[in-house]
Amino acid sequence: MAQSVSITVNGTAYEREVEPRLLLAHFLREAIGLTGTNIGCDTSQCGACTVLMDGVAVKSCTVLAVQADGSSVTTIEGLASEGNLHSVQNAFWEKHGLQCGFCTPGMIITVVDLLNNNPHPTDEEIRRGLDGNICRCTGYENIVRAVKYAADAMPEEA
Amino acid sequence: MSKYVGASMKRREDPRFIQGRGSYVANLKLPNMAYLAIKRSPYAHAKIKSIKTDKAKKLPGVVGVFTGADTSDVGMLPSGWNVPGIKVPANRVLQTDKVRHVGDRVAMVVAEDPYIAQDALDLIEVDYEPLPAVTDAKKATEAGAPQVHDDVPNNTSYTWALGDKEACDKAFAEADKVVELDLINQRLIATAIEPRAAVAQWDAFKEEMTLWTTSQNPNLTRVVLSAFLIGIPEHKLRLISPDVGGGFGSKIPTYPEEALVPWAARKVGRPVKWVATRSESAMSDTQGRDHVTHCKLALRKDGTITGLHVATWANNGAYISLVASLIPTAFYVTLLSGLYKIPGIYGEVWGTLTNTVWVDAYRGAGRPEAAYVVERLVDAAAREMKMDPIEFRRKNFIPASEFPYQTPVALQYDSGNYAGVMDKAVELSGYSALRAAQAEARKKGRLVGVGIAACIEASGPVPSKVAGALGGVTGFWESGGLRVHATGKVTALTGSHSHGQGHETTFAQIVADELGISIDDVDIVHGDTAVITNGMGTYGSRSTSVGGSALVRSAEKVRAKMMKIAAHQLEAPLDELIYDKEQGKVYVKGVPSKAKAFGELAFAAYTAHNLPEGLEPGLEEDTYYDPANFTYPNSVHIAQVEIDRDTGEVTIQKYVAVDDVGKVINPLIVEGQVTGGVAQGVGQALWEHGKYDENGQLISANLLEYAMPHAHQFPPLQTGRTETPSPHNPLGVKGVGEMGTIASTPTIVNAVLDALAPLGIRHLDMPLTPEKIWRAMQAKS
Repeated sequence: MAQSVSITVNGTAYEREVEPRLLLAHFLREAIGLTGTNIGCDTSQCGACTVLMDGVAVKSCTVLAVQADGSSVTTIEGLASEGNLHSVQNAFWEKHGLQCGFCTPGMIITVVDLLNNNPHPTDEEIRRGLDGNICRCTGYENIVRAVKYAADAMPEEA
Repeated sequence: MSKYVGASMKRREDPRFIQGRGSYVANLKLPNMAYLAIKRSPYAHAKIKSIKTDKAKKLPGVVGVFTGADTSDVGMLPSGWNVPGIKVPANRVLQTDKVRHVGDRVAMVVAEDPYIAQDALDLIEVDYEPLPAVTDAKKATEAGAPQVHDDVPNNTSYTWALGDKEACDKAFAEADKVVELDLINQRLIATAIEPRAAVAQWDAFKEEMTLWTTSQNPNLTRVVLSAFLIGIPEHKLRLISPDVGGGFGSKIPTYPEEALVPWAARKVGRPVKWVATRSESAMSDTQGRDHVTHCKLALRKDGTITGLHVATWANNGAYISLVASLIPTAFYVTLLSGLYKIPGIYGEVWGTLTNTVWVDAYRGAGRPEAAYVVERLVDAAAREMKMDPIEFRRKNFIPASEFPYQTPVALQYDSGNYAGVMDKAVELSGYSALRAAQAEARKKGRLVGVGIAACIEASGPVPSKVAGALGGVTGFWESGGLRVHATGKVTALTGSHSHGQGHETTFAQIVADELGISIDDVDIVHGDTAVITNGMGTYGSRSTSVGGSALVRSAEKVRAKMMKIAAHQLEAPLDELIYDKEQGKVYVKGVPSKAKAFGELAFAAYTAHNLPEGLEPGLEEDTYYDPANFTYPNSVHIAQVEIDRDTGEVTIQKYVAVDDVGKVINPLIVEGQVTGGVAQGVGQALWEHGKYDENGQLISANLLEYAMPHAHQFPPLQTGRTETPSPHNPLGVKGVGEMGTIASTPTIVNAVLDALAPLGIRHLDMPLTPEKIWRAMQAKS
């Protein structure tokens, strides 16, 4: 019944035997112990579990581990490099874009994806871009400010 | 001058959260851990005829299956606030005879992994005999309504009244005008993004239980579990509430799962973990609000308010949760004076039981319900008197010169300058320009509305003696301890708990300034009963005013002991010494060079080589701070909305929040509390509804159906502040956590009704969904 998968997470390849029904979110949290990806709902509304799969933001509660076989996944734990915060992480800190912190990993990953696709979003584009993620604490105000701060701070792509 | 207090410091807790290293309960994995899942009722009201567990027990990977017959050694969930005459029905951790709401508990499974536990739930066969259900707070009291508990006649658990009935009756008898409203303050689901979770580990040899749980108040939950539920002595029970992902009141009560998980851990001899799914949270976390209210305001011709009468049926759900009976009584009727001078106020409450999920504190807890009643009535009155709603409010405000102000509903307000807050809100919002723009828009047939609410909160409850007199089983003090180490570093212990509020930053700012040391030398510890022996936790916007004040008092004690050591070592009389809070040193008056630094004195306290005769070594101080009174933050919020004539959809075009929360420790965090609170209150006004159908089925049990606020639904929120310090605590602070939520709900509803006023629509109940508004518009066209 179990199937073998190979998933690269934050640059490390993991080979595991998994049940076909195992969600990617549970694979990350339980099978390989990366608990930074939180789970906040069971219908793909809240976005707390958002990760990058082959560079694209996905809700990892809506992806089966077997679907991620052969993919490269980036979680919140893989965002900082060599001890330096990613500019989006830093922006959330600077602008007080988080309170309880539970939605934050998914929110940050979503913003990374948003800015990858649209490096200089308008306020409206930012708010629309955050619509797949729910935050109960901040009222989104400081998250929007953080996105703008990150957009201004991100290096221009050549 | 303080170094840290008043500064917008970035939060010290954030590096772990932004890197995915928060220590939430669901992240815990202990060796040999098993997983618990709960079988819940699909019916709102049914007799349990039989429960068969044999198939579930046979499933490979199942460790145990248990029903209420097995857990009969666990006590009943208690009420922690008992208004006089309250009837508290029995509430077992697993029900044996009857289920009384969707999500009520009938059995549990412990298995090798969470997927197997879920599979096993499906194999438990429960034979139910469905019964008629009642969900409406008022209908529950009517003749012939289904009875939720046989020993609570008319489904009425308690009644309560407060105020001056005679003065109230007189006001209405002599009134030139009476404005009346029937209001429904709908059911809400708190929806902290972290679902509740618990992990328990039993040490059979030490007979000690450790329970990690998502609580806003682990010490309080420990007392309740130990005294009423699982019989493990308090000193053998350790609760840890590490990082908790939001609470909003829903993580205050002691829950059945907090008894079941440790019970199971002891039973199966392994660590046991339970994590709620979102839909499980929706049907088992305590919910909020749910009032049916008839209210009326008495007025003189000139617009002076003379009386207010309020009758409310408050839905408590199927059982009485921990502080359920406090919310619609002492936290509600006492706030009915709002910001106004009203000579005759009388409020009556019926606390009822229905076949719905239990109701308890939800952000604001009673105070938003009061503000909604007052601000809806005030707005309706202004409209009927053809007065500007701002002028009408100003006319009736308690003047700044009259503080402290005694209301007719028991409270004595500490301080305030309500007209000043109004001035600032009017200025920030450009109120007259908003009205001019509205007039222009109306000429073009557009439905533009401007809404105002001016609200008060009573935060940071309350002298313990008063709590006891009103029905509280516990006190309302907070603990705050300082452990000054020999090297001059400081560990600060607080019984308060942070689940987003930022205590690790705010409290460190307070302690560092009180001692005159670097904030890097201060660590804030909370949430572990092995370290914090006693505490009351976080709710009611109490953390800084009560918990922060406890730390201030402990710092005073530390300074006093340091002064004694310094006096001895500097050979100077105590009254000639000054503790320099700028530099963190003690020096002789007029001779700054004759000084001992904080670090030197801390070290001296522990070497104990040269201490004054009779002074004990060590430098640790504790305080139990009992608040002198509530504090009374207040606010004026102004919003502009537009309604789409074709769809009924509301767009918020502008939102201005001006709050007076007393002295501000960290403006960045305070503003964050306000904006977050505003969004939550707007959610109630426009979208959120914990909805039950006529059979008591919860039809908004997941986030597909429960409409949480999203980013695009808000304009940029503008905030402003006035600062009127509270005289009730050494910091001068007032609560900030709930003010935004309290004010924003009536602000938005008033704005929508202002937009609809030209159509002759006078009242709609929340949430003001496009459908509801569209239907109202159709009915008028």
